[in-house]
Amino acid sequence: MTFIAKPKLHHPTLPQNALCFTRRDYEGKISTLCAGCGHDSISAAIIQACWELNVEPHRLAKLSGIGCSSKTPDYFLGQSHGFNTVHGRMPSVLTGANLANRELLYLGVSGDGDSASIGIGQFVHAIRRGVNMTYIVENNGVYGLTKGQFSATADQGSTSKRGVVNADSPIDLIGLALQLGATYVGRGFSGDKAQLVPLIKGAIAHRGAAFLDVISPCVAFNNHAGSTKSYEYVRAHNEAVNRLDVIPEREEIAVDYPAGSTIEVEQHDGSRLRLHKLAADYDPRDRIAAMNHVQQRQARGEVVTGLLYVDAQAEDLHTHLNTVATPFNRLGAAELSPGSAVLAKINAGFR
Amino acid sequence: MRPTDIRVPDYFHKVVDCQWACPAHTPVPEYIRLIAAGRYADAYLVNWKSNVFPGVLGRTCDRPCEPACRRGRVEENNGESPEPVAICRLKRVAADNKGDVRARLPRAGKPNGRRVACVGAGPASLTVARDLAPLGYQVTVFDGEAKAGGFIRSQIPRFRLPESVIDEETGYILDLGVEFRAGERIDSLKALLGQGYDAIFVGSGAPRGRDLDLPGRQECAANIHIGIDWLASVSFGHIESIGRRVIVLGGGNTAMDCCRSARRLGGADVKVLVRSGFDEMKASPWEKEDAQHEGIPILDYHVPKAFLHENGRLAAMQFERVRAERDARGRRQLVPTGEPDVVVECDDVLIAVGQENAFPWIERDAGIAFDEWGMPVVDKQTFQSTLPQVFFGGDAAFGPKNIIWAVAHGHEAAVSIDKLLNGEDVHERPPPQVTLLSQKMGIHEWSYDNEVSPEDRHKVPWAPSEQTLGNIKVEVELGFDAQTALKETQRCLNCDVQTVFTDKVCIECDACVDICPMDCISFTANGEEAELRQRLTAPALNTEQALYVSGELKTHRVMVKDEDVCLHCGLCAERCPTGAWDMHKYLIEMTHAGPGCRSKGACREAA
Repeated sequence: MTFIAKPKLHHPTLPQNALCFTRRDYEGKISTLCAGCGHDSISAAIIQACWELNVEPHRLAKLSGIGCSSKTPDYFLGQSHGFNTVHGRMPSVLTGANLANRELLYLGVSGDGDSASIGIGQFVHAIRRGVNMTYIVENNGVYGLTKGQFSATADQGSTSKRGVVNADSPIDLIGLALQLGATYVGRGFSGDKAQLVPLIKGAIAHRGAAFLDVISPCVAFNNHAGSTKSYEYVRAHNEAVNRLDVIPEREEIAVDYPAGSTIEVEQHDGSRLRLHKLAADYDPRDRIAAMNHVQQRQARGEVVTGLLYVDAQAEDLHTHLNTVATPFNRLGAAELSPGSAVLAKINAGFR
Repeated sequence: MRPTDIRVPDYFHKVVDCQWACPAHTPVPEYIRLIAAGRYADAYLVNWKSNVFPGVLGRTCDRPCEPACRRGRVEENNGESPEPVAICRLKRVAADNKGDVRARLPRAGKPNGRRVACVGAGPASLTVARDLAPLGYQVTVFDGEAKAGGFIRSQIPRFRLPESVIDEETGYILDLGVEFRAGERIDSLKALLGQGYDAIFVGSGAPRGRDLDLPGRQECAANIHIGIDWLASVSFGHIESIGRRVIVLGGGNTAMDCCRSARRLGGADVKVLVRSGFDEMKASPWEKEDAQHEGIPILDYHVPKAFLHENGRLAAMQFERVRAERDARGRRQLVPTGEPDVVVECDDVLIAVGQENAFPWIERDAGIAFDEWGMPVVDKQTFQSTLPQVFFGGDAAFGPKNIIWAVAHGHEAAVSIDKLLNGEDVHERPPPQVTLLSQKMGIHEWSYDNEVSPEDRHKVPWAPSEQTLGNIKVEVELGFDAQTALKETQRCLNCDVQTVFTDKVCIECDACVDICPMDCISFTANGEEAELRQRLTAPALNTEQALYVSGELKTHRVMVKDEDVCLHCGLCAERCPTGAWDMHKYLIEMTHAGPGCRSKGACREAA
C-alpha cells in the first residue's frame, strides 16, 4: 500500500461536469490493495462513469461484502453512502435498502468469492427478483486475501501460481445472470477502460438488475502463465461482441455509421445505448442467442466481452410488488398510520 | 513519435526546470533537500560550486529559476494565485546558517607555472579566478577600486546586500592564492599583453551609464546624476543626501535601486517615471513591488522631454504622455496621447535608462576585432576573442545582464583557458557528467520526501520600514527563519527525482494512469507529436515541455508521459507492480575547468 495521500493538486485543465464537479471529486481514499490490482482500475472506471453521468454523489449508495473487491468502495465516491456488509450478504442488504428508498442509485460491488461461493444464494435471488441495481463482480478467479487459492470462478485446467491444476468446473456468473433474468448483462476487463466505462454507465442508467462481470487480474496471485485471468491471457483471448456508446437524453451525435453496423437501444430514462457491432449478427436483445454465443465462445477458450444482453423495457422489483413510489423516509405519520377507518376497511376486505 | 532517449543528458536536465533555466545550472532541488535536512553548509557548498556567490545571489539574483519553476504551473487553477518555490530566498537560508565553511573550500593548487590576468574584480573575473586558482594557475585580478566585487559592491544598495556578505564571498576567492591588485585600473591592453600573461580574461563590465541629452541638461547638470555612478558614490559613502523631491528616470532594476536609495537619503517625495507601460518595464516584478511597498509611485507612459530650470537651478521636468499601439506590422510603438505635457517638480533627477559597454583602454590595433556596435567579437560558447589568449565574460562580453550570467560566463571562459593552456581545442567541450540513481529505499519508501505540500509560498519577513527607510545600511529583508524555510522547502517538487519507465517489464495494468494526480500518463497508440498531444489523458498543451514516449508495448500501444505538471510524487512507481516505473535521482555535473574538461586522451596521459 501507499503511505502518502494522493495529492489534492490536479491538472490545470481538469474539466468539470454539469454539477461543477471534477473527476477528482468522485474519488475516495487511496487504495490499500496491492500495486497493479485490477480492482483499482475498476474503481477508476466507476469514478469516470459517475462523473460523466453527472451522478450526484449523495444520490448513490455503494454496497459490498467481504474480500479485496469489497474493500474497493472505500476508494471511490467518498461523498456517497456506503455499507460494507457481511460476507456474501451484500445482495440482501442492497435489496432491503432499495425497497426502503427507491430513489437512490444502488451500486453493489462484490468479488468472485463473495458472490460465487459464500454469497451465491444471495446473488441469484437478487438477480431473479429484478432489483434495480448495478451489480459488479470484480472477478479474478482467486482468493487473494487468503493468498491465492482457486475461487469458484477459476477455469477448469487453469493453474495456480504454484502450478496446481484446478480440477473443479467453474461457476459461470454471466450464464447464471442470463438464465436468472438479469436485464442488462455485460462483461468487461479491468485493463480496457474504453470498454468498461460505457458498460458501467449503461448499467447505472438501466432500470432493473444490471450485472457486470469484470475480469480483474490479481497481480499478486493470478497473473502467471497458466492462469486464465491474467492480463496477458485476457488480452490474447478477448473477443468483444460490440463497442458501446451511452448517449444521454436529448444529445444528438451527427456521426453517421454504415447501416447495419450499429444497434440502438433506448432505455427508460431516455438515454440511448449505441452498440457498434464487432461480432457479425450478434444481437444483444436476444437472450437465448446471447446465451448460445457466450457458451460457444467460452467452449473455445475465448473471453467474450461487451454488452451481452439488454432488455431496455425491463421492469424491476418495485413494479412487481407494486410498492409505494415515495421512499419510506419521506412517508409521514398520516401515510404510515392512516387511522382506524382505513383499518376497518382493510379488515372488511378479508371478511 | 520515436522513443525518448533518456541517456541524452539534456532530456532530464530540461525536466528540472529551475536548473535548466539557471545560467550556471545550479542543482536547485538537491540543495533545497539539504536545507530541509538542516544541512546548511552542504547546501551552501552545492551552491558555491556552481554559482560562486550564494550569499550575494540569495539576496540579489534575477532568479531566472523562479518563473521556470514547475510549482508555478502546477498551482495553476488549484488555488488563489500560482507561485513558484522561493528558490532565491532559500539559497540565502543556506548562506545565513552555514557556519564556518572555510575548512571545506579548496586551496590554491600546486603552481603550474601559468599566469592568468583578470581585468576587473566583478563576478565574471572572480569566477574565472575561483575555477583556475585551485588548479595551480597564478591568477592576478586588476581593479580600479580598493575592494573586490565590481558592480556587486558598487551598484547594489546596502539595504539589499550588506557589505559583510560581499567581503566574505569575494574573500573566499582571493584566499585561494589569487593576487588582487586593488586600485590598478588597466588603461592599456597592449601594455597588459606585454606583461607576459598566458591568458587574459576581460570582465570589466558595462561601466558607462547612458545619459539623456534633453534641453536643460547642461544648465541643470549639478542636480542631474547618472544612476550607476550615483549608486557607486552612495555605496562608497561619497554621497550621503539628496534633494527632497527626486525623479528617477528608467524602468530597470537600476532605477529601482536608485529610487529606494534616494528614499533613504532624504528623498521624501521620490517618483519613478518610465517611458514604457508598467508591465513592460525591465525591472523584476518583485523589485517593482518592493519600490511601491516603500511608497514610491511608478508613473508609466511618460516620455521625458526637457529639464526645466529657474535661476540656474533644476526646478522640474517636462514629460509627454504616450500610449502603446501596434503598428501595421504588429510592432509595439509609443504614440503621443495628445494630452498636455506633464510637469513634475523636482530637486534632483537620477537617470537610469541603461548601461553601455566601454573599452577605451583596448587599443583598436591590439588584435581584437570589434563589431559595428563597438562590442568585441566574442565566441558565444568559448568566450574567446579574436586574439586567442584573450577572453571576455560577464557584461563586457555581450552587454548588461546580471550576476548569475557573469558567473556562467566565467565558468565557460575558465574551461576555455584551461583547455587552451593545455594545448587543446577550446571548441571541443566535453558534455556534462550525468548520474541517474534509483531512490527506492523500501517497498514504498523513497530517499526523498515525496509527499507534496499543499502550502502557498511563504513571504520573507521585512524589517520595520521606520528602521529601514531611515538608514540606508539596514537590510530590508530578514530572510526566512529555519522553520519557515523548512516549510518552503517542502513546496519543492523534487523535479530532479525523475520518473523512469522501463517498457520491457510493463504489464499495462493502468495502475499508474489511475493514481497519477495530474493525469500525466497515457497508454495510447503512437502518433505524430502534435496530434498525440491532443489525445492524452489530459491534453499536453505546453509544447515547451517534453513528452516522454516509451518503446512499443505488448498491446502495440506506447506509454506517453507529459512532463509538464508532474509532481514527482512517485505514486506511479508506488502503484507499479513490476517496477516499470522507478524514481531516479538525476544529478548533472557541469563541466568546469580542470582535468574533466580536457579530452580523454589527455587525461590518460596525465594518469
